[in-house]
Amino acid sequence: MENRVEDYKGVWTLGEMREGEIHPVSYELLAWGKDLADKIGVELSSIIIGHDIKDKAYELVYRGANRVYVVENPALENFRADPYSKILTSLVEEYKPEIFIASATTTGRTLMPICAVKLQTGLTADCTGLDIDTEEKLLIQTRPAIGGNIMATIKTPTARPQMSTVRPKSKRPLPIDKSRKGEIIVKEFGGEYLLSRVKRLNFLKEETVGAPIQDADIIISCGKGLKDGKKLNIINELAELLGGSVGASRKAVDLGWISYSHQVGLSGKTVSPKLYIACGISGAVQHLAGMSSAETVIAINSDPEADIFRAADFGVVGDIFEVIPLFIQKLKERSKE
Amino acid sequence: MKIVVLIKQVPATDKVKMDEETGTMIRDGVEAELNPLDLYAVEEAIRIKENLGNDAEISVISMGPRMAVDAVKNAIAMGCDKGYLLSGKKFAGADTWATGYALSIAIKKMLAEFDLILCGERATDGETGQVGPGVGAHLDIPVLTYVSKIVEITKEKIIVHRAIEGGYEVVEAPMPALVSVVKEINEPSIPTLRGKIKAKNTEIPILTAEDIGVDEGRLGLKGSLTRVVKTFHPQVARKGEIISTSKDLDGSVNGLINYLRQKEII
Repeated sequence: MENRVEDYKGVWTLGEMREGEIHPVSYELLAWGKDLADKIGVELSSIIIGHDIKDKAYELVYRGANRVYVVENPALENFRADPYSKILTSLVEEYKPEIFIASATTTGRTLMPICAVKLQTGLTADCTGLDIDTEEKLLIQTRPAIGGNIMATIKTPTARPQMSTVRPKSKRPLPIDKSRKGEIIVKEFGGEYLLSRVKRLNFLKEETVGAPIQDADIIISCGKGLKDGKKLNIINELAELLGGSVGASRKAVDLGWISYSHQVGLSGKTVSPKLYIACGISGAVQHLAGMSSAETVIAINSDPEADIFRAADFGVVGDIFEVIPLFIQKLKERSKE
Repeated sequence: MKIVVLIKQVPATDKVKMDEETGTMIRDGVEAELNPLDLYAVEEAIRIKENLGNDAEISVISMGPRMAVDAVKNAIAMGCDKGYLLSGKKFAGADTWATGYALSIAIKKMLAEFDLILCGERATDGETGQVGPGVGAHLDIPVLTYVSKIVEITKEKIIVHRAIEGGYEVVEAPMPALVSVVKEINEPSIPTLRGKIKAKNTEIPILTAEDIGVDEGRLGLKGSLTRVVKTFHPQVARKGEIISTSKDLDGSVNGLINYLRQKEII
């Protein structure tokens, strides 16, 4: 069957469920989606897949969706590439959206490449900017590459839908608007759509201060300057006080001070928090690659020549073991006032 | 067991220098290297083979310019058995869809039977992480991404930990499967002198589009569904205020707090 570009209409976002709840990245995507849909003059729809989730669908309407497709089944409780990709591919073929975006989470970055292959369409990874070329009505996707040193603008001219994954924290969600009205459509899938070759045996939860760093608004990150893994407690304390999470440079992870899930940089995670405080981090190119899209960067380092200061909005030259305890003390005094 | 490792050659990131004026990377004359995140995939293949009492064969496949032979040889020096490079004009300019397609066809053609495909989480240049899952989708085999540990592996099944947001998911899949690994999985070894000599003496076949017999309309720039329309340098340089604590620790920390308050962060 020949698919023509003009047969495709509307903007879709993939809602992401975690432990039965809609994850906030889904609302960030809707903020992007609404921008795009308004510029083209089409409707915005969201899809959620999971188990027992229908009563949560309206949250997506409050955040900008005109329509929510809900697929629920006990077999879909956790993300599995086989059933999720089969269901999404089928929905896209049925409804033909012109744009389909997902978050660049571990789920989005696994699921979307599989869907793109099956749908024979283009996919652009980990975008930090989306816009519409109003003349051509094409999606303009902007993404960093080579450790954030180059930005590329990418289009998908002829294949549909135009698909991207979008870096979490690259846009603020729209405020909740309970006066918004939308349509909830439950789609039934059974039989082979629910089969998964991969079986989930267990989930080992990692107990840490704050959210996973990919989801954190505030990250306190430590590097070689910490000198000793046992001193991580001051970083933890500051993170707890600011309601943030703990990040780390590659060095701190390689020395075994903290687990890999905290590593920021080229061989770790890319993060975009509102506030990033780099403590005792020299600022190697590979580290900067993972945090340069943070909104505000603070650096604390005893070496005034450290590269991290060139990537910071505000820098304190000093010993982290003097600066951080005093910072903690003053924050505590402030909260008492 | 037949193991395939997918690798890529990238510009050497640890040799990258920054242009202080523009805040951008100086790329001229930068050496190329085996993608640092692929080293973990290569190492894991070698460890699986060792654990099987060497009853395995590891094939490395890459796509890229001719000079990418060096990256394939590097993987052989580390302990892989043989390697192939897809190279030629028809492959050039491929996006992730076309790259995944070409690699999947090459795997089917060169290694009719395979049990496991390993790859790195992403390459440090393009940073898409899409080719691995794409190859898995083209071959229609289970895709296990962000793998931080292989708990059990036989010719029939594989059990792994996936490092995802908030913890580790333990999953089981039938073989053959595609596994993309993260840095946490191992510590790559440095090639031995013996390995280097072996790599030097190993012939790496260069495969063209004709050799693997593919639909050329789906290769390279022609077969790419995405188009890079523009590249530019981001404005990364932040001209931050810097204060020193050497004279006045108290004042500096107050300055920091004031700054965060102004920004309405605290």
